[in-house]
Amino acid sequence: MTDITKDAIAPPRSFLSQDAIQVFYRLLAAFLICAALAVLSDSFLSLGNILNVLRQASLTFFIASGLTLVVLTAGLDLSVGANVALSACIAGTVIHKTGSPALGILTGLACGGIVGLLNGIMVTALRIPSFIATYGMLWVLNGLAYWYMAGETLHGFPAGFRQIGSGYLFGLPIPVYLLLVFLGIGTFFAQRTIWGQEIYAIGANPVAARLSGIPVARRLLLVYAVSGTMAGLASIIFLSRLNSAEADIGESLTLPAIAAVLIGGTSLFGGVGTVFGTFIGALILTLVLNGMNLLSVSANWQPLVTGVIVILAVWLDMKTRRRAQ
Amino acid sequence: MREAAAVSTPNPLQRIPGVAMVLVLLIALFSVIAPGFLSAANLSNVLVQSTILTMLALPMTLIIMTEGLDLSMGAVLTLTSLCVAVVSLATKSMLLGLGAGLLVGTAFGVANGWLVAIVGIPPFVATLGTLGMAQGLSLIVSDGQSVVGIPHSVRDIYSATLLGVPVPIVMALVTYAAFHGLLYHTRFGTYIFALGGNREALRYAGLSPNKLLIAVYAIGGAMAGIAGLLMTARMNSGHPTAGLGLEFDAIAAVAVGGTSFERGNGWLLGTLLGVLSVGVLRNGLNLISLPSSVQVASVGVLVIVALFLDGLRSRA
Repeated sequence: MTDITKDAIAPPRSFLSQDAIQVFYRLLAAFLICAALAVLSDSFLSLGNILNVLRQASLTFFIASGLTLVVLTAGLDLSVGANVALSACIAGTVIHKTGSPALGILTGLACGGIVGLLNGIMVTALRIPSFIATYGMLWVLNGLAYWYMAGETLHGFPAGFRQIGSGYLFGLPIPVYLLLVFLGIGTFFAQRTIWGQEIYAIGANPVAARLSGIPVARRLLLVYAVSGTMAGLASIIFLSRLNSAEADIGESLTLPAIAAVLIGGTSLFGGVGTVFGTFIGALILTLVLNGMNLLSVSANWQPLVTGVIVILAVWLDMKTRRRAQ
Repeated sequence: MREAAAVSTPNPLQRIPGVAMVLVLLIALFSVIAPGFLSAANLSNVLVQSTILTMLALPMTLIIMTEGLDLSMGAVLTLTSLCVAVVSLATKSMLLGLGAGLLVGTAFGVANGWLVAIVGIPPFVATLGTLGMAQGLSLIVSDGQSVVGIPHSVRDIYSATLLGVPVPIVMALVTYAAFHGLLYHTRFGTYIFALGGNREALRYAGLSPNKLLIAVYAIGGAMAGIAGLLMTARMNSGHPTAGLGLEFDAIAAVAVGGTSFERGNGWLLGTLLGVLSVGVLRNGLNLISLPSSVQVASVGVLVIVALFLDGLRSRA
């Protein structure tokens, strides 16, 4: 093969790939928000606040990272917040009853995973559109959590267990280490494994994916189960950080998780996006909410701002992609 | 699927068994296990309590017929209910309160329609975003507190009767008649069928699908405004979580009523029976003193079963 034919076949390569440019824009946005907050508020740049932002972002990231895989397949999991609440309540009870944090953690992860698996079964075997199936699941889980707790609050967990959410290691909060671990695992899984690539393929074109021999139903089951398990993990972090569990803790978690995924550049139409993008998305959202907090804006404004951000993120994403085509 | 959608005339005869059977089964079940369920007082209670849901479920039917969804309805109702409370408290006028509720509701409806039709955001995410916005505005307007001390003229709407029939039921019946006329006897109604079934055909006929879509969502918002008045009257106050999850009951009623999520055909009478099914289910579970949490969970199961059956029908 001569050089000429090679040139004719290979598309001209720009200096940076489209994905890298997208990530760059988002890092720039995060940096600009940081700069603005550093000017507007004295306490933003304090070590305590920055660690707080990272810890907060890690919570959103755990839920959002699993959700990213679901959105990559052009699906949606609206049940993640309610899943966190139910898993936290059940895991908390197990810790109280048995005194064993390890057993509690396993229960929380299993509960989240089973819920995710049920979502996957509804989407694949029963062929219910994912947003409706998981929306129904949201209310089933909500009802179960309220019924199970009957208005009670669980609190007071062993000190060792509480370290997971509120402890430090070499000056960094432990959730931040977990964040780095899961960011690594998620990125590796999505970008460097066959299963990960198959998930992208399913989102980009489900028919082509099926025809090329990808076991679509099994991969979808996996994706929803992972999303549920990550919600279970988030419930453990939540439990150990707040040192208490109530039935309503999940209500304010779903919208931020979806916002993080969408800000991170994962397309609702499937096949485009990265777990790393979601990490930046979680960071940007947390920075905005943290900034509002520092500038003493009432917490009542948070749902409004998150809603606006969700819509802006989708709008921007669609606009830039349309132009790129 | 496209072929089936092109012939989008509803086929009620095929569906009557489904939702009517659900309703009859639920009534039979609760008249056996729930003492007092069949009393006249309780049955009229079920009807009155179903009125707010009726006013949400009917426009939700139209929205779902366009292959859309409005997750913001409950939150918008909360906001309009607060607007009614705040404005009627300040002006002592029920009509001004209703006007404020209608205005805010319609504004949200238009925003939803704009995001879905013009911007092109998938409906469930667009309305999830506006859900957050309406929820946030409700918290901001009320500062997280109940708005109490609203005038009697608002409260009386819920308890008044017209020729012996409670006013909320009259309002729900008028709404049903209006929606029935709109969907089955006007050109606009035909266009709504086409929005879900065959959008291209509308374009070829020289119509703007986008404008029609915005109108459908705007109707949903306006109805949330009127239902907001009823909600404020019923609770005799405005509360920042008054409408929490109501959109879910509305979607449940539509799904149980046999309106398809994928093929653009809807059935208003089915939705009405669906509303009654949800109402009977909640009332019956309440009578056998199961907490509201179990009611929520059981409505969730009802939706998933209904959608599963819908999926079976579409494959058959």
